[in-house]
Amino acid sequence: MTQINTPQDPQRRSLLIGLGAGGLAVVGMTLVPRAVLANPEDVKMAIEERIGDAATMDGRISLELPQIAENGNTVPIAFEVDSPMTESDYVKVVHIFAEQNPLPDVASFYFTPRSGKARASTRMRMLKTQNIVAVAEMSDGSVYMAKTEVKVTIGGCGG
Amino acid sequence: MLNRRDLLQLAAATVALPGVLTGAGSGLNRALAQQKVTQDDLLRFEPLGQVTLLHFADIHAQLVPLYFREPSVNIGVGAARGKLPHLTGGDFLREFGMAAGTAEAHALTSENYAALASAYGKVGGVDRLATLIGAVRAERPGKTLLLDGGDTWQGSYTSLATRGADMVEVMNALGVEVMTAHWEFTYGTERVEELIGELGFPFLAGNVRDTEWDEEVFDATATFVRGGVKIVVIGQAFPYTPVAHPRYKIPNWSFGIRENLVRKRVERARAEGAGLVVLLSHNGFDTDRKLAGRIEGLDVLLSAHTHDAVPVALEIDGTLMISSGSHGKFLSRLDLEVGNGRVTGYRFRLIPVLSDAIAPDPEMAALVGKIRAPFDTELSRVLGRTEGLLYRRGNFNGTFDDLICRALIEERDAEIALSPGFRWGATLLPGQDITVEDIYSQTAITYPNAYRTEFTGAFLKEILEDVADNLFNPDPYYQQGGDMVRVGGMAYAIDIAKPIGQRISEMTLIRTGQPIEADKSYMVSGWASVNEGTEGPPVYDVLARHIERHRVVDIPENQTVRIVNS
Repeated sequence: MTQINTPQDPQRRSLLIGLGAGGLAVVGMTLVPRAVLANPEDVKMAIEERIGDAATMDGRISLELPQIAENGNTVPIAFEVDSPMTESDYVKVVHIFAEQNPLPDVASFYFTPRSGKARASTRMRMLKTQNIVAVAEMSDGSVYMAKTEVKVTIGGCGG
Repeated sequence: MLNRRDLLQLAAATVALPGVLTGAGSGLNRALAQQKVTQDDLLRFEPLGQVTLLHFADIHAQLVPLYFREPSVNIGVGAARGKLPHLTGGDFLREFGMAAGTAEAHALTSENYAALASAYGKVGGVDRLATLIGAVRAERPGKTLLLDGGDTWQGSYTSLATRGADMVEVMNALGVEVMTAHWEFTYGTERVEELIGELGFPFLAGNVRDTEWDEEVFDATATFVRGGVKIVVIGQAFPYTPVAHPRYKIPNWSFGIRENLVRKRVERARAEGAGLVVLLSHNGFDTDRKLAGRIEGLDVLLSAHTHDAVPVALEIDGTLMISSGSHGKFLSRLDLEVGNGRVTGYRFRLIPVLSDAIAPDPEMAALVGKIRAPFDTELSRVLGRTEGLLYRRGNFNGTFDDLICRALIEERDAEIALSPGFRWGATLLPGQDITVEDIYSQTAITYPNAYRTEFTGAFLKEILEDVADNLFNPDPYYQQGGDMVRVGGMAYAIDIAKPIGQRISEMTLIRTGQPIEADKSYMVSGWASVNEGTEGPPVYDVLARHIERHRVVDIPENQTVRIVNS
């Protein structure tokens, strides 16, 4: 009950990508040294940097994360965006943000109609309890957002 | 969809014992003699339908009868506030119109506990369970299914000494037909796999996946046919096992609620023609209640983990939810009438296993005797005696935990003690001897080292905040189901309605009366650390030494936690 899952070595960030059906094209990862924590305002700015001032809508993104991380150093994350993935209607990119990591950008997953499905899974590092945000940009310019809180706890003392 | 609702059927036991609330022990015993609850009373049940589910959970390796006091403090938060199972004492009795002092009121609440316990005697014992189960099976041939909700292999001297083998042997003999798990995993990967190999029935844990490939580790479902009904049982292990216990014991297994997986399995069972879909869960009550409301097509949810003894089947959006208490104190019987793939009727009874009223099953009694024989001398060795009631359950304190905290402070020369908020552990009545067996009934774990180390005030607060959020997060999916960490040597206040980081205040070192300072270090002793390589003597040795040294212990009710917004 006295363990704190505090990441000690950001250089050892591991990355596992589930290719799902059809796979994905590019993954942008940001490796960062330990720094000042981001805050929701930074995340808002990071999102704006990616999508401009487009309004975000709820829905279409199914985000799978544990409610409580078993290990903050390697938290599994998976998402799927509901889309026909045709030339005229597909998911262009899904950005993942961690509101209170030193830098909020976690990854960006780029898709094409040939991806078949807009889904992927990876593992990410979480410094502390925080919201994980997924933002999906569609080919028609619309933007969807989903958010889930993941707790990173001390552990122990359970029943 | 459910057209029958039967609440309490404990007809014989609804007779109040006159004078119980004020009576002394001798008067109680006389009253009890006049209103004796019999085995037939406990088994009385008007059968219904094609299927009888028999469920118990959280036995915590208690083979022989014991005393077990239900909590007097069990606070619900968010949607669960003021609802079952978060009703205790008089509120509970009023909810069900139960008369105080009856056998069932005694079994289900802590009201006037010590006096009633000495009148009604002990509860549980697997030889008594075997008698009840055998009688129901004889009455309902081909219709019964016996399900074990887990936390079966851990919690006693013999289970720790045999690393769970005693319980596997007993559960096989009891004829359990399917189980799920939680504390079982604390024996570690290799031992769990070994013991599963010895089980005569399926071990289900559909929410456990390997960390490397995200594949299933255990079977998720088992199918049975009873009374002509195809029953699919889905197993759900405790979702936070690697968080609540040392990760290194099971490094490659990942848990979690995995609601979508449960949903898919229910859908698949339905598509494959199940007449009855049952979730055998170790999620904990509030988590299960939320889950039941979010999953379509689930007929029965057998809940476990939080040890709640709930005397009715709750209807949650078309799902019947059962919670069968702990320590072998209760056996749930749920009769179901199934037609066209739907539950069309049910009848339920939470049967209190009143040991004195039930004839032990001779074969099971012999098996328990055989298992305990090699350890008898040590089990019955008397270390001391308690003046007052020693119990564990309660959200913030139990006198047994206070005794453990005292032992840690004195024996380990610490200022502050921390003891985990486990919900298992027997109760001792005033005047009872404290034996080695009693010590292990509170402490028999596979990571028992009692550490001694310095924590800053800030870190102490962080620990309290963290555990409080595991208990009082308004979203039950974030709750871990234990009670609050027990604290010795330090007082604090807790505001349950606040978010994490803001619940704990007024932390005070009792010895000096001074406030705890964030950047000052304090010598702390505790046990059940999830860190690998934790050093210190096993807590059961620390506790045994403390009691032997004092011979007589007397622990008053704890007044050091101030609760706000309960």
